[in-house]
Amino acid sequence: MASFDVIFIGGGPAGYVGAIRAAQLGLNTAVVEREGLGGTCVIWGCIPAKALLEAAYIAEKMKKAPDFGVTPGEVKLDYGVAMKRSRAVSTQNSKGVEFLFKKNKITWIKGTAKLTGKNSVSVKTADGKEEKHDAKKAVVISTGSRVKGLPQIGLELNKKTVISSDEALVLEKTPKSIAIVGAGAVGCEFADVFSAFGSQVTLLEVMPNILPVEDADSSKEVERAFKKRKIDVLTGAKISNVKVGKDAVTMTVEAAGEKKELKVDIVLVAAGRAPNIEEIGLKEQGVQLTDRGFIKIGERMETSVKGLYAIGDVAGPPMLAHKGEREGVVVAEVIAGQHPHLFDYTNIPGATYCHPEVASVGLTEQQCKERKIEYKVGKFPFSASGRARTSGETEGFVKIIRGAKYGEILGAHIVGSHATELIHELVVARTNEYTVEEVDLAIHAHPTLAEAVAEASLDSLGKMIHA
Amino acid sequence: MATKVFMEALSPTMEEGRLVKWLKNEGDTVKSGEALAEVETDKAIMELVARGDGVLRKRLINEGDTAPVGTLAGVIATADENIDALVAGAGAPAPAAGAPTPEKVVATQQETAGASSIPRRAEESQGEASTPPQQKVAATPPASPGGGPAAPAPSGGNIQPPTGDVRSSPLARRLASERGLDLHSVQGSGPNGRIIKRDIEAAAAAGAAAPSAAAVTPSAPVIPREGDYHDEPLTSIRKTIARRLGESIGPIPTFYLTAEFDLTRVMEMRKAMTELGDQFKVSVNDVLLKATAVALSQHPEVNAHWLNDKIRYHNRVHLGMAVATDDGLIVPVIWDADRKRMSEISREAKELAKRARERKLKPEEFTGSTFSVSNLGMFGIDQFTAIINPPEAGILAIGTSEEKLVVVNGEPVVRSRVRVTMSCDHRIIDGAVGAKFLQTLRRLIENPLMLVY
Repeated sequence: MASFDVIFIGGGPAGYVGAIRAAQLGLNTAVVEREGLGGTCVIWGCIPAKALLEAAYIAEKMKKAPDFGVTPGEVKLDYGVAMKRSRAVSTQNSKGVEFLFKKNKITWIKGTAKLTGKNSVSVKTADGKEEKHDAKKAVVISTGSRVKGLPQIGLELNKKTVISSDEALVLEKTPKSIAIVGAGAVGCEFADVFSAFGSQVTLLEVMPNILPVEDADSSKEVERAFKKRKIDVLTGAKISNVKVGKDAVTMTVEAAGEKKELKVDIVLVAAGRAPNIEEIGLKEQGVQLTDRGFIKIGERMETSVKGLYAIGDVAGPPMLAHKGEREGVVVAEVIAGQHPHLFDYTNIPGATYCHPEVASVGLTEQQCKERKIEYKVGKFPFSASGRARTSGETEGFVKIIRGAKYGEILGAHIVGSHATELIHELVVARTNEYTVEEVDLAIHAHPTLAEAVAEASLDSLGKMIHA
Repeated sequence: MATKVFMEALSPTMEEGRLVKWLKNEGDTVKSGEALAEVETDKAIMELVARGDGVLRKRLINEGDTAPVGTLAGVIATADENIDALVAGAGAPAPAAGAPTPEKVVATQQETAGASSIPRRAEESQGEASTPPQQKVAATPPASPGGGPAAPAPSGGNIQPPTGDVRSSPLARRLASERGLDLHSVQGSGPNGRIIKRDIEAAAAAGAAAPSAAAVTPSAPVIPREGDYHDEPLTSIRKTIARRLGESIGPIPTFYLTAEFDLTRVMEMRKAMTELGDQFKVSVNDVLLKATAVALSQHPEVNAHWLNDKIRYHNRVHLGMAVATDDGLIVPVIWDADRKRMSEISREAKELAKRARERKLKPEEFTGSTFSVSNLGMFGIDQFTAIINPPEAGILAIGTSEEKLVVVNGEPVVRSRVRVTMSCDHRIIDGAVGAKFLQTLRRLIENPLMLVY
């Protein structure tokens, strides 16, 4: 039995960042985590996936190397090696969080927690012991989310032929053929990886576009790039007759008015994640959930039970590490009695690391139309960028949607090399309420990809220089 | 390094301040946080405090002079520091929009400031994160001769560049420019008080737009008295009253409801309480304030603000009470008056009135009221109409309480009575709504025991 000021249940990006901020503010802080520090992001998501995507990028780049005067010998692709490297990077990051905990004097309680009161938890440790701990100021639930299968269409995860991203991240070798169900960020990233490592990939999406939350222009651009790489992209797809065998899965796919039988070695279900709300004693404490099964929180991250907080995936979408991290900072400052700037949920960037990369912030053009906002669009293709030509990566564009009257940046969408880095200029612009004119007035070094951001701003004003 | 002392915005609406009295002499050692001078704002006399340690080397505004917010008022430095460059800009106001000359002066100051080696850009970025007065220097766009425009110059627009002493976002400036709002009159809610879009929208909605500061001529020196009349320059508070009340009587469609309440039971209650000891004594006004607050809590439709595109109904009752001071009217606020006991209201009303007359109210003590009360009973006024304090929905004018011959059950009897007149903003309150409120108020005043219900 130990007593802390704050206990975080779950050491993912929301929980560990919140814990560090809480400790910085002088609170005696503990985190209950049964796996490794860093959570899904570090162990089963962002970090290992990006390591694999980097491998995929190199593999694709090698194909073009001879054009640059660099002709490699025989290029061998070994997914197992890439996977092991990605695991090593993941472990390194997790150790990094452990170091940060030590530095900030945060206690890591290894085990599985259950609320026993709004200010106390019992923790079952790996060796089966049960410990009680209490939190004088607050308990924060940051238990995250997990992959879920699609049992409703016969795709229950069996971890062999029907897998989730968790299994995909530790495969020793790539399957000959794979169907990826769900073309959101996860689906597109794995399509990219498996295709680069030689699998025949079929990407299935029930919505009319892949990356359905992105601007339609971005979705189309990636779809075009994927098709060029011989990835079979089927949108508006209906799946039926799923038969899961020992070493193959068959299904009927109906898309674009055509029906076809698909037989693949592996199906990767990349649709949907479920919040981890079970077995933590939420019901007993009277914590209310939303219609979609997330924990309901207010703008100060407090649940329906006073003094009990929730952050990260478990507290609702978007299920993004950086959203959880910010919520962690806010909740720590709230608990420490500060008055943090409240989280602006309309200004969270999205990033997908397939090639070409996709990044966005704010509204899509479709959303502007639906909301009857008067807007103007500026768009600059990387094919007109000197810097993009030098690296031979001319796919994609920068698209900026601005308010017709004041020039405020309603939304920004970037597809292309380094899009996930480039977007932040526009995130900063939106955070500070810059208009497209301030973006243009900022001098962009030449030659850079970032110039495309300035050019897109100019284009929205009808003054583009280089295209 | 030297610290510049600026005329600071000591109230949310302050545009200029009159330096009433220096509290420190040149050569005095001062510590950060210590009061340097007394400054008369548009609402009160406030203290201007030091933002750095050192010696007050120079006082740059004379006692009695008025200076716009952002004007260099003095210099704090070490005893032997060379401050010539700083003093060179003496009296020059911080650059306002379209005032290129002082802008240049300030730019020069920045470049040569105290032989400091900190480059201008570093000073600017540092300013973004520091306290308001320093920001005022920092946010000043230096007029670099060879450089591009220091502020965005949008195509074909007439948007003001960021004025030196107001932090605001580009989008906020555009919105303000289009709506003719003066940024000085807007309270910022962004990081370190930066004015952002939602502040402009709120200000526009509240109609808090003050006429552009540029329209106000800087106050002239005092004209000597002679002949049949004498002229006196407007004090800040007079200007504010003129502006605010002008705003009120103009656009607000006001109607008036008058009612006469019987005070017999209030008088009985006061008597009974006073008999228990002088410490339990409350005034008729205290009872009326309490009753009004309770009635408001039961009539949120009256406890409201007109925000142009919406009506904001308040759940909390913050009662403004008009207080006459030698300089004019001010309306301190009793927060959550409906939830306070009569003794608390009595104490607070007395304290606020006292400090209002001494002009020692803090900004938060005279802002935020949801409804106001004005009482001229002590001047023997039978009844009167008060002008609504916008954006509030109404104001209650209380006349004198006096013994009167009234008819009760067909018999003439002497009763203590008071007349109240409610001015109502018809955009929020319809006749019957106002009447119902007065009905509730009558019930409370004629049966003051209901106040404990």
